[in-house]
Order: sequence, then C-alpha cells, then structure tokens
Amino acid sequence: MEFGPHLLLASLEGATTAAVLALTAMGLSIVFGVMRVVNVAHGEFYMVGAVLAWFIATSVGAHPALGFVAALLIAPLLVGFLAAGVDRLILRHINYDPERTIVATIGTLYILQQTTLMTFGPDARPVEPPFNSRIALPWFEWGENGFEFYFPWGLSTTSYKLFVIAAAVVILITLWLAITRTKAGLVMRATQQDSDMAQAFGIPVKTVYSAVFGLGAGLAAIGAVLVVPIQQAYYLMGHDPLLLSFIVVIIGGLGSLPGTIIAAILIGMADGIISVFFTPTLAKIFATLVVAMVLVFRPKGLLGKSTS
Amino acid sequence: MSKLIKPTPTLTRRTLLGTAAAAAATPLLGRYAQAQSSEPIRIGFQVHRTGIGASYGRWYDRTTTAAVKRINDMGGINGRPVEIVAEDDGTDPKRGAEVVEKFATQHNCDIGFGTLFSHVVYGSAPRAGELKLPYFVVSEGHHVASGALNRWTMQPAITDVKSQVQAMAPFVADNLGKKVTMIYPDFAFGHDHRDYFSEAIEKQGGEVVAKIAIPPSETSFTKYFPKIPRDTEVIYHVMIGPAVLTFVKEMGEFFGPSKPEIFGFLDSLEAVDINSPGLEFLEGTYFWEGHPRYAQADQSSHDKMYREAVGVDENGASVSDPKDVATYSHMFGCWETLNIVKRGMEAADYKSTADRSKLIEAIEEMSDMPLSDDHPQGAKRFNGKTHQTFGHQYISKVDSGKLVLAHTSSIEDTLYEDEVDYTTQSF
Repeated sequence: MEFGPHLLLASLEGATTAAVLALTAMGLSIVFGVMRVVNVAHGEFYMVGAVLAWFIATSVGAHPALGFVAALLIAPLLVGFLAAGVDRLILRHINYDPERTIVATIGTLYILQQTTLMTFGPDARPVEPPFNSRIALPWFEWGENGFEFYFPWGLSTTSYKLFVIAAAVVILITLWLAITRTKAGLVMRATQQDSDMAQAFGIPVKTVYSAVFGLGAGLAAIGAVLVVPIQQAYYLMGHDPLLLSFIVVIIGGLGSLPGTIIAAILIGMADGIISVFFTPTLAKIFATLVVAMVLVFRPKGLLGKSTS
Repeated sequence: MSKLIKPTPTLTRRTLLGTAAAAAATPLLGRYAQAQSSEPIRIGFQVHRTGIGASYGRWYDRTTTAAVKRINDMGGINGRPVEIVAEDDGTDPKRGAEVVEKFATQHNCDIGFGTLFSHVVYGSAPRAGELKLPYFVVSEGHHVASGALNRWTMQPAITDVKSQVQAMAPFVADNLGKKVTMIYPDFAFGHDHRDYFSEAIEKQGGEVVAKIAIPPSETSFTKYFPKIPRDTEVIYHVMIGPAVLTFVKEMGEFFGPSKPEIFGFLDSLEAVDINSPGLEFLEGTYFWEGHPRYAQADQSSHDKMYREAVGVDENGASVSDPKDVATYSHMFGCWETLNIVKRGMEAADYKSTADRSKLIEAIEEMSDMPLSDDHPQGAKRFNGKTHQTFGHQYISKVDSGKLVLAHTSSIEDTLYEDEVDYTTQSF
C-alpha cells in the first residue's frame, strides 16, 4: 500500500481505538480522582458490559439496531449498579485503604471473570452492529491531468467504526458538561477536593463514592458495548483495556480528565499507526516506553497537579 | 491397643521390612490383581475447556463422550469398561504438563489423550515421556513426525500440517494463482503452515510474496491487512483463537469488491457459522476441510452414523442448537484415536499400566486403516516409525452459503520422507 492511503487507514484504525480507550480510561480516572481508589477490576467491568450487551441484544432478537440500542442503554446501567454494589459491600468496609482496595479489586477481578466463565461460557460471541456498510475512501494525486481523486485498494472504513468515534465524542462532551455544569458534578468535585470538608457541608460522601464507582464502571461498559460489534464478547477481553487504561491514566495524570483524553488520543493513535506500519508488539513497547518516560520526567503525568 | 502393635513372635523385624518394601514397590500390581476385569480402563482426557481453545474443547468433549459410549456399548476394551478422566488445561502449555502429571500420578490413568493446540502439546509431551505415559495427541502439528517429541507420544488419527499443505499446494497453484500472501497465527501451528506451505508452493512454481503472522490472542485485524502486497493473487489464511469471526469479517471489509482469490483453512471458521453477517464475500472461495462440515451428496454411511452419535446435524451444527457449530474438521480425530487405542490394547492384550510400552509397540505395528465406522473421516495410513498418520484431505467451495466438496486428495499426495524413527528409541 502507498504511504498516503496507508497512513489514512492507520489513523482511522487508531481513532477507533482511541475513542473506546478514552471512554474506558475516563472511568478509571474519575474513580481515582474522586475516591483515590486504584480499580484493578476496571477491565472486568468492561468485559461484563460486553457480555451483557450480547445477552441483551440476543434476548431482544428483533432488528439488530433495536437490540443494540437496548444494550447501549441497559448494559452500562446494570454494570454501574453492579459496581456500586461492589463499593458498598467491599470497598466501604475496608475504608478505601489504598493497599487493601488494590487487593480487594484484584479479588473482584477474578470473581467477575470466573462468574462470567461459569455462566456465559468460554466462547467469543458476536453482536450484530446496528448498521455496517463499507465506505471506500478516496485519495488524491497529482497525475497527468492535474489533481485527481481515486480509490486505492483496501483504503476503507465502515460506517459503524465512524459511529463509534462520534458516539465517544458525544458521550465525553456530555460527561464534561455534567461534571462542570450540574449540581451532581459540583458535589463530585467537592468530594474530590476535600471529602472531609464536603461531609461537613452535608454532602453524603458515601453515596457519592458509590455513584462515582458506578459511573466509572458504567463508562467502561459503554466503551465495551460500542466495541462489541467490532470485536465480540469474550470472558478474557478485560485484560488489554485495563492495561491500556492504566497507561493512559498514568500518562495523562491520575485524576486529570483533560489529561486522560489527550493521553487516550496519543496512545490510541500511536497504537493504530505503529501497528499498521510496523507491528502491534512495537506499539505496546512504545506505550510502555512513554509511561516510563513520563514517570521519570513528569511523575504526576502530563496534566497532573502536584498534591503537596 | 498396645496388644495390636506388638510384633507377633513369628514376625521378625526383618521380614516385616521386607514385606513392607515389596508392598511399596508394587502397589499398582496388587490393586489390579484384586480388581481383575472389573477395573475400568482410565483415559486421561486433556481438554481445552477454557482459554483460546475452548470451542474446540467443547466439541472434542462431545466427540470423546460419544466414542467412549460406543466402545462401552460394544463391550469395552478387553472386557473392561472405559472411563474418561477429563481435566481442563486452559489451553496453556504449563498447565498442560501439570495435567499430564495428574493423569499419571494422581488419577492412575492408563493413557493420556486429546490435546489439540500445538503449543500445549509441546509443553506436555516431554512430561508424558518422563512419566512413561502413552500420550495420544489430536493436534495437526508437525511436532510428532518432525522427531521433536518422544516414543510415548503419538498422533495416529489426525494428519499433520506438513502433509495437509503439501496436498493443497498443487490445487492452489493450478486453480487460484502463483503469488500467495500467507496470514497465519504466530505460534508453532502457524509456523508449520508458514514453513511447509512456502516449501510446497515453490515446488509448484509459485511463491509466497508476504508472510503475515498474527498473535493468536489478537482481537482486531484491519491493521495487518495493508501489508498484503498489491500483486497478491491468492490470500492463504489460517487463523485460530476466539476472534476468528472478526478476522474473516475484517478481511472482507478490507478488500471490498476487489478481492484476490481466497484460500483458507477451515480453522479460520471452526465453530463459526459460515452464514454469519459480514461473511457474504466468502461465496465462491475455497477452504481446506479435514472432514466436510456439511453432509455431502455422496455422504458415506459411516459419516452418517458418526454425525448421529456425536449429535451433529447435516449442516455441521449441534442437533440441539443450530447456532452451535461444530469443529468438524478436527474432532473426528478424538473418535478415531480412541478406536485405535482400543485395537492397540486388544492386540497387546493390555492388562495394566505395566503394559503401557506393549500398547505403544502394538500401535507402531499398525498401518492401513480403511474407511469404516471406526474411521468415518476416511481411510488412513499410519506410519509406526514417525508416529504420524496420513489421510485424505478435502477442498470445499463456498456455494450458496454451504461448503461443497470440490476436490479430495489421495493419501499419496500427503506423504513425505520420514524425519525420525521413534521405534529405535528405548522406552
């Protein structure tokens, strides 16, 4: 493939990865920002979202679009409630102690993964996309007749992949508006800045924690529902998103939402472009190297604030 | 109480020690002598119940259960019933070796059997050799015939990749094209495809213009396709793992209307309905099949009987759930292996685990196996020196959403020179 079309294809692939990654990493970042909890089970909430999407879409059974919309509305909600339950039953009882929450969420990871294995089974299952048509993309060149458009071999995307990118942008903007413009967002930010003071002003901090933990998991689930028509639901699918989300959150700065978005685009696009031009292994090496460099030169991340 | 532990006058310390030592040395003999014919023959079944091989594991399990039921209905082996001891290996080489060890030392199995994924075979077979446990793999890898394993490991019922691709190369070169791009999983099984198909197509005057390796746990594939050179005439694809449907679908999306010829190994679509949305582009393309998934017009009575016994309908799916598609190109290997083990144990007059080496020798003696209820996939020719079987290969064309048999290769097409003689190794 020629360089120009190749790069365009790589960027489109990267943009889809970045869109899903931004949603998933945002969930992890919010949970850390508000609760100071490192949620190792985050990838499993993503996986449960995908599996529920399959379950809902096949139960609805009518037109694929109907099943998909139902999944997009219901699966993240269910995952959110599940996560809020985990917060009430486990995290609250260990007082959000940093070391113990890591151990507890590792335990949650295995419980979720094995429960899915025992109920949903070990197979990968597809969800039909609501719409999916191949879109051949044109490229231009300066030929004998001057500026010309043509359709290079293999340069294409699908309407669904473009939808994933658009949907992620809309959801992230809505989230940003909710955090900065609503009462609930204000309460969240107050809890993030000083939970003791927030409590003193009558904010139900425990409820806020449950809601935030649910919101974080719900965002991962939205990412999963969007990706499942491209990738299939599978009980081991939570591993990669967890790793990449951590990478993104560390690079962006723990708890910094704009930093998370920037890092998700950086890592997602790099993953797409490096995988296409070189190998996916090199893309992972690059991401890990960036993490190492950020930790050395900007330990708080690109946009992380000093907490001293 | 004190009376009980006092040595009796006739029992000296020396004789007591001697008896104890003898008893410790022959615990198995003692038990079998007591149990006689009532003791079942225990077959350790190493099954990929979880991990990337899970869909194969599910069908290997069903086929094995059906084969054992048939053997037991016919009176078992040497008058003894057969019992399956199944252990999940998670499609993981490390766990595979542990499972083999459990079969030999904990479950007291007579043999180990059933491993499919080649990296798990590589991880498990050396341990089976150390424990002197006859180990029957159903894997397709060239690992057995290459001489990399040991005398205790055999692949008597499923052909290996080297012989399969050797039989495919002439068809690809004559009918589809000479410039081939290969897409294969990046582990032992895929490397067998890469090495032996490249070699075989060059003999036919063709060449492999690009080799694209994909990790078996990969979930997104579009990023690999731009590496396909523009002058490719034929895509040769073989993929495994949980995401095979995504792989084939994204390949179709990449090419759109201007696709080259496509030749795939059915591994890329095992346990997947060929009529899944997004796979329409496969119409008119060719697939290697180990055993035709769709009941063909000239279906043998043996295939019919086997389908019924395992519970597979004429479209290659479960009779109870038409969406649950079988791994039909591979699972016959379990059925046929167990029948070979039965014949081997009968020929060796197998009585206990002490006769394990006799069982290996008896199977090494075998050669031609005709198409029959024992061998519903087709006739086989077993090579006792290389511990590998050879058999017919099938090429099917996708026609109106079904796989229709287009070519059957002869056993001779698949033969190659011996690379090892396991019979010269000591037990």
